[in-house]
Amino acid sequence: MIKKLSKSIREYKTTALLTPLYMIGEVAMEVLIPTLMALIIDNGVYNSDISYIVKLSILIVVAAILSMAFGIMGAKSGSKASCGFAKNLRHDLFHHIQDFSFKNIDSFSTSSLITRLTTDVQNVQQAFQMIIRICFRAPIMFIFAIIMVVHNGGTLVAVFAVAIPVLIIFCALFIKKVFPIFNRIFKHYDKLNRVVEENLTGIRTVKAYVREELEKEKFDASSSAIHDDFVKAQKMLVLINPVVQSVSYACILAICYLGARLISVGDMGTGELMSVFTYTMQILSSLIMIAMILVQLSMSKASAERIIEVLEAKPEMELNENGLKSVEDGSVVFEHTNFSYSGKDTPLVLHDINLEIKSGEMVGILGSTGSGKSSLISLIARLYDVTSGSVKVGGHDVRDYDIKALRDGVSVVLQKNTLFSGTVRSNLLWGNESASDEELTWALKSANADFVFTSKDGLDTVVEQGGNNFSGGQKQRLCIARALVKKPKVLIFDDSTSAVDTATDFAIRSALRRDVKNCTKIIIAQRVNSVMDADKIVILENGYIDDVGTHDELLSRNKTYQDLVKVQLGGKDNG
Amino acid sequence: MAKIKKLPPQKAKDPKKTFKRLFKEVFGGNKLKLTFVIISIIISALSTVYISTLLKTLIDDFITPIIKSGTFDFSPLLRAMAGWAVIMVVGVVASYIQGRIMVTIAQDALLRIRNKMFSKLERLPISYFDTHQHGQIMSRFTNDADTLQQMISQSIVSVLSSGLTIIFVFIALLLNSWVLTILIVLTVIVMMKITKTIGSKSSKNFAFQQKNLAKVNGYIEEMMSGSKVVKVFNYEDQSKKEFDKINEELCSTMTKANTYSFIMGPIINNIGNLQYVILVFAGSLLSIITGGAYSVGSLAAFLQLSKSFTNPLGQVAQQVNFFLQALAGAERIFELLDEEDEKDNGYVTLVNAKNVDGVLTECKERTGLWAWKHPHTDGSGITYTPLKGDIVMSEVDFAYVEGKTVLKDVSLYAHPGEKIAFVGATGAGKTTITNLLNRFYDIQDGKIRFDGININKIKKSDLRRSLGVILQDTHLFTGTIRDNIRFGKLDATDEEIIKAAKLANAHDFIMMMKDGYDTMLNNDGEGLSQGQRQLIAIARAAVADPPVLVMDEATSSIDTHTESLVQEGMDRLMEGRTVFVIAHRLSTVRNSNCIMVLDHGSIIERGTHDSLLAEKGVYYHLYTGAFELS
Repeated sequence: MIKKLSKSIREYKTTALLTPLYMIGEVAMEVLIPTLMALIIDNGVYNSDISYIVKLSILIVVAAILSMAFGIMGAKSGSKASCGFAKNLRHDLFHHIQDFSFKNIDSFSTSSLITRLTTDVQNVQQAFQMIIRICFRAPIMFIFAIIMVVHNGGTLVAVFAVAIPVLIIFCALFIKKVFPIFNRIFKHYDKLNRVVEENLTGIRTVKAYVREELEKEKFDASSSAIHDDFVKAQKMLVLINPVVQSVSYACILAICYLGARLISVGDMGTGELMSVFTYTMQILSSLIMIAMILVQLSMSKASAERIIEVLEAKPEMELNENGLKSVEDGSVVFEHTNFSYSGKDTPLVLHDINLEIKSGEMVGILGSTGSGKSSLISLIARLYDVTSGSVKVGGHDVRDYDIKALRDGVSVVLQKNTLFSGTVRSNLLWGNESASDEELTWALKSANADFVFTSKDGLDTVVEQGGNNFSGGQKQRLCIARALVKKPKVLIFDDSTSAVDTATDFAIRSALRRDVKNCTKIIIAQRVNSVMDADKIVILENGYIDDVGTHDELLSRNKTYQDLVKVQLGGKDNG
Repeated sequence: MAKIKKLPPQKAKDPKKTFKRLFKEVFGGNKLKLTFVIISIIISALSTVYISTLLKTLIDDFITPIIKSGTFDFSPLLRAMAGWAVIMVVGVVASYIQGRIMVTIAQDALLRIRNKMFSKLERLPISYFDTHQHGQIMSRFTNDADTLQQMISQSIVSVLSSGLTIIFVFIALLLNSWVLTILIVLTVIVMMKITKTIGSKSSKNFAFQQKNLAKVNGYIEEMMSGSKVVKVFNYEDQSKKEFDKINEELCSTMTKANTYSFIMGPIINNIGNLQYVILVFAGSLLSIITGGAYSVGSLAAFLQLSKSFTNPLGQVAQQVNFFLQALAGAERIFELLDEEDEKDNGYVTLVNAKNVDGVLTECKERTGLWAWKHPHTDGSGITYTPLKGDIVMSEVDFAYVEGKTVLKDVSLYAHPGEKIAFVGATGAGKTTITNLLNRFYDIQDGKIRFDGININKIKKSDLRRSLGVILQDTHLFTGTIRDNIRFGKLDATDEEIIKAAKLANAHDFIMMMKDGYDTMLNNDGEGLSQGQRQLIAIARAAVADPPVLVMDEATSSIDTHTESLVQEGMDRLMEGRTVFVIAHRLSTVRNSNCIMVLDHGSIIERGTHDSLLAEKGVYYHLYTGAFELS
């Protein structure tokens, strides 16, 4: 796990390695200072030796300045290395995901990818930062301080032989008890947030059914659960302070007594006794620190695993970068095409598809949910690879093209489409970076997205995240326009006009016929209306082609089509 | 769930007032407990101070005499230590008691505040949700409540106890040596200055960091949810480039912010060390000058005490920023709590009724017969009107925002059992009309009457109970399918639920699911198709069995089979009820008693399907698809 992640350290390797060294320097000084102070008191103050005091004071000042310098350098290199590491990790993840195929994308949910790139990276960064800074600092301080106790107090170190195991046992018990409770609390929190979120999105439903009280009960249940578990956890948390205090007090008492004996026989100085008190605090606090690090690291382990899972996923598709560089024309041919989403062993979504579409035709595809419409068209732009058989565009197998060239030639308006924050212009330029304003205007007009022109800012109208400042129908029309900017050889609509009204739908189709010539148009639709006037209508059923024909042909011979027309148009052809 | 972290909260506008209110909220009902907490804090602070002076006692009163006398008699020391142990135990116990009481106080307060917030949320008018981003409201419950939690359960006590310790220690320091105390105060001032400078730099850089982090997270969110679009448009390289740029920016601000917060520790620590040197130096001089009157033991004690002075000071300094942040969060929470409730001055209620000798009388049991109970304000007694579902709108004007009229002079009526369809382009005001019926919004002018009663006089909950609503977007809650249907009528029996599901045509697909009616739905009905969600929504309305139905037909695509099931279910549901429907299906429109064609907030045509077609007006063009209404 560490090996995999450490690949992302790269140019920050030196900095990352230097950080612990700085930390060691800082700790060494920090541990040295109390001893120097002991010397001042024992040799300087007791003997009224001013010159000794001056000498040692200068030494301490030097040590403090060194410690500060090491500390500052450690802070700088620590944050540089950890932030840099996080940057590289984010970079690696993002680039890797961009190279994912549709199949890869399907296997991770969007929200989980987002969590991995944000929260998980932050957790790992935190852990990394802890490893290079505190993971060295605390144990080293612990060891140094013990050594100094032996040096200054000799047998006093025996006190810690008792105190340390007591604290370790306490920490272990504590972590074991409190950890599960906190895990529970996180789950309660999820539930609580879910209730709030559901009530925000569904407030109209709640109010319409006068169910405020019911929802309050749900919320109260979760918030009471949080309350109860928190009280349980906190009851234990408030033990930490008293326990640590007790242990340190016990140490102080023991040191007082043993120290007094040592001093009285002249084996130790008063100053040395004082330094032992300071070291006691250093030893105990570094122990607590180590315990906290362990908790933190174990919490970020899950994050690290999730990140690695993404990094290890292999892009599924051969991109064929040396393939054909342009799509000749818009003809599309399916030959004995079989397709299943996850390889040969899973049930086929498309069975033995044979279909020929001539360049420039308008083709409609109808069929119920799950009949394979979206799967069919996704093969044309090679969003997925066929399981067997072939798909040809412009006379060549789609796998013979450089995938970029193919996707430039075949423009798909996806069913679940998104706009990106920016302006209308910046969104449209996705289709073609160097498109002129005239071309953009043309695309918008053809997509019946005239509303852009009536808005004050025209092409520079702001698009919010997800295009949320537009209505469903407007979004769809902008997505169509974006696809048109590409000037593709094949244009595919996957149910792309579901949110526009019948009249607009009709207008878009007329505009496509008029403005977008020499381009094959393939339209998946739910409404018969949308495909009635196509050159060819394909009826899909359970992954098989049921029938292909014109509206009139199908109306006369195809049962499914007749039913559709009956349900949707009330049995009469009013087109 | 990955929401973009919001920018760091701004400082509170009126921290003093907010703090007072918060204090009252937390400790208000707990005066006795609060007293215990304060006493415990005082005791534990005193014992800490006392323990810091032990070194002096040890050296001056025990070790020095022993060395001088050379008797090696440790029994007085042991006796004294027994006394110290008692004080230590008292201190530890006090600190535990204080902590333990605070747990209850803090968690109880948080529970109260959370529940208050949510019940406030449920009482807010719909317009509040229109004008506030969900993410923002959400962050009151998450970010703000979390910081508040930390503040109440930790910071308040730590600041209080630190403050008391500082005062006690200061007194002890003064008693020990005023000369050295002056020195300590001077160094502390320097320390504070530095803390403040670094602190403000650090918080400034943290604000930058949060801004850049939000930018990067936002970009990630967009690109991940649009990842398929990215592929379709060959946008991978471009997005990598853009990402690298903002990622680089984030890295550099993050490094700065982290550096500032990391260097605080070593700097403060070592100023502490320097302070120590100064004190040792000055103390030694003092000891030598006074010829030992200022003892080594005193110096040792002073040095020990000085740590008990500077450490809590550092703690308070670090808490200040967090404190202000938490107060800003508390202020926003209070803002939410102070929002105005949805107003309801209605006094006409819906009651169970029975017919006794032709006279409608109120009764307790469920009779299936409902009546409006109308206590007249003029004192003419109470009248009972049977619930029938007769709706009249007359000359209704409405605007969401003052001045921007959405509906103008809309008049219409629906007799019990009639079906009224609204058609028109997006934005014509169809949904608005339906929103007025259940008083999600109140009209500016005109009147809406329900069974002859002005709906302003009807208690909102009763009005809404008598109206069934099927919204365009079906919203399902986490829970079983049964729970979701039961949402329509909480005391519905299982038989009633199944009956409703059958009526809605939902029964068959529900039975096909793994756990039938007990199948858990998550994430707004994840895994169900659009059509299935609609069927559940219909069942939910069916189980509520209201006399009036308001429906916004979904435009979203569903397959033909489900489509016909939905249509059948809807038709059955509409039977015998007064129905207002925003229609997208030709069949629904055609079966309506009256069709209203809306345009820019006015009814421009009305009539039956046939009469409107014959008119060859807007309706005709709309449905022959030759003309866009907008």
